Amino acid sequence: MQEIRFHGRGGQGAVTSAEFLAQAAIMEGKYARAFPSFGAERRGAPVTAYCRISRKPIYLRSVIENPNIVVVLDSSLFRSFDVASGLSEDGILIINSTNDPASFTAKGSRRVVTVDASRIALDLLKLPVTNTVLLGALVRAADIISMDSLAMAIKHRFNEEMALHNILALERAFQEAAFAPGWQPLLEESAMREGGGI
Amino acid sequence: MRNHQGMEVSFAAAEAVRLCNVDVVAAYPITPQTHIVERLSKYVADGKMDAEFVPVESEHSALSLCIGSSAVGARSFTCTSSQGLALMNEIVYLVPALRLPIVMILANRSLSGPLSIWNDHSDVMSVRDTGWIQLFAENGQEVFDHVMIAYKIAENENVLLPVIINMDGFILSHMFEPIELTGQEAVNTYLPSYRPRFILHPDRPVTMGAYTMPTLFTEAKKAQEEALLASYPYILQAWKDWGTLCGRVYHPVETYYTEGAETLFVTMGSIGETAGEAVRLLREQGQKAGLVKLRLWRPFPLEDFLREIGSAQRLIVIDRALSPGGPGGGPVAGEIRAALYNRENRPQVFNFIAGLGGREVTVGSFQEMFVSSVSGKASGYQIFGVRG
Repeated sequence: MQEIRFHGRGGQGAVTSAEFLAQAAIMEGKYARAFPSFGAERRGAPVTAYCRISRKPIYLRSVIENPNIVVVLDSSLFRSFDVASGLSEDGILIINSTNDPASFTAKGSRRVVTVDASRIALDLLKLPVTNTVLLGALVRAADIISMDSLAMAIKHRFNEEMALHNILALERAFQEAAFAPGWQPLLEESAMREGGGI
Repeated sequence: MRNHQGMEVSFAAAEAVRLCNVDVVAAYPITPQTHIVERLSKYVADGKMDAEFVPVESEHSALSLCIGSSAVGARSFTCTSSQGLALMNEIVYLVPALRLPIVMILANRSLSGPLSIWNDHSDVMSVRDTGWIQLFAENGQEVFDHVMIAYKIAENENVLLPVIINMDGFILSHMFEPIELTGQEAVNTYLPSYRPRFILHPDRPVTMGAYTMPTLFTEAKKAQEEALLASYPYILQAWKDWGTLCGRVYHPVETYYTEGAETLFVTMGSIGETAGEAVRLLREQGQKAGLVKLRLWRPFPLEDFLREIGSAQRLIVIDRALSPGGPGGGPVAGEIRAALYNRENRPQVFNFIAGLGGREVTVGSFQEMFVSSVSGKASGYQIFGVRG
């Protein structure tokens, strides 16, 4: 089972990200669950969302304390709390940031990916909503979901025009994702397959 | 898994209400039930559902309206949570007395105070004795299925009682998970149009909700209780028919690893899945643990329960609500203790209050409860993991 935790602020789309990922996995015939940190939703307030994906039925509904992957939609959250809490040593940390991924690896030998998702979102979506954008980096960084399935999940939820822009953003992030030194991400062709890592 | 669709459980619930060709929806939004009402409102506004959606000004009005619409023969639906149910309470008692087959989803949430929007079962326990048939769903699929099943039970001419479907707030209502939807044709076959024998109609006057003198009230209440108890075989039949249609079979008491179990957890609602994981792990460690899940809460499936607990030595009963100052522990444990009183060789009952107001109950929580009960360290009643 893969456990993915999303950190963002209300309005950035952390919950939607988790749901897109689960939707894409379910479309691949896998089992998945996604859910938000439950509470009063407020724009700008820290939001955590969770996604579990497995080839076997999932029975857990508790929050994810030891994720395989952490996605940070807003790097200012690093100042507030330990977003990488419980992330395993070989876990993947995907951050919306203009900084070099190496600048985030000081805390541990974690596999870090950065992508300037805010700029991509503003360019293509005209909104600072980075949810689908960071999923593009996730496809590249982790062998759990295919680009096609994610695109399908997006088309399932958005109208044609919105889906098109989001899929473009997804692809842009896939290309632009920067990886910490010493870590080889998936080759492009294998990253395009249905996620075999689960 | 290929037939499953990913969706939020609240949306699956709304989809089920749509598939049931409900005629009237009257509801007031309250966290965490809101998404169900919003989706139904949208269905009606978009013309995807041929129903009256009445955005009432309170839950008291929501159920009052459903009484009116159900009494004239319209299939009626409402849903609420917590304080909404509390505000509705006066009307909740009337529905079974009027024998109206209204279905209500309760997205379970704690009752204030302190103010909390999170999940526990204090709301449903507050309507325990209202005479509704009460069911608990463990996951999104069960929520979806039980909307159809609830109407099937409620509208059966031998039942004619309202049904509450309990789904844990947030833990189920806001969960996005795979759900196998049933097609409209299949639902229509399972749930034909509601054709009540008696309705309020100016041309054929009947009295509903009559005033009762002391000489008749007791008999009326007895008749009401008998009707609730007599609903049991029709509940089983509705589950059986659903199983024939969809292949998913439900029972009043569900079991997991009960064979040879010395210690059984007793749960209701979504924590059954978590408890099941704990039991699986305990079994891997060679512990004789098992799980009994109450799906049917009212009428209480006593015979099924006693059969399924078999000769277990101890029960670990999880309550998701307090019964402050009561003699028997939480509401569920109190009833189970009473049910076991006349039984020879009755098991020890350990009662843990857990998951109040959204407090997490994890696989580890159940393992801890198991260890403290089996080792004899646990008292008969305690609030799990509480500080102070």
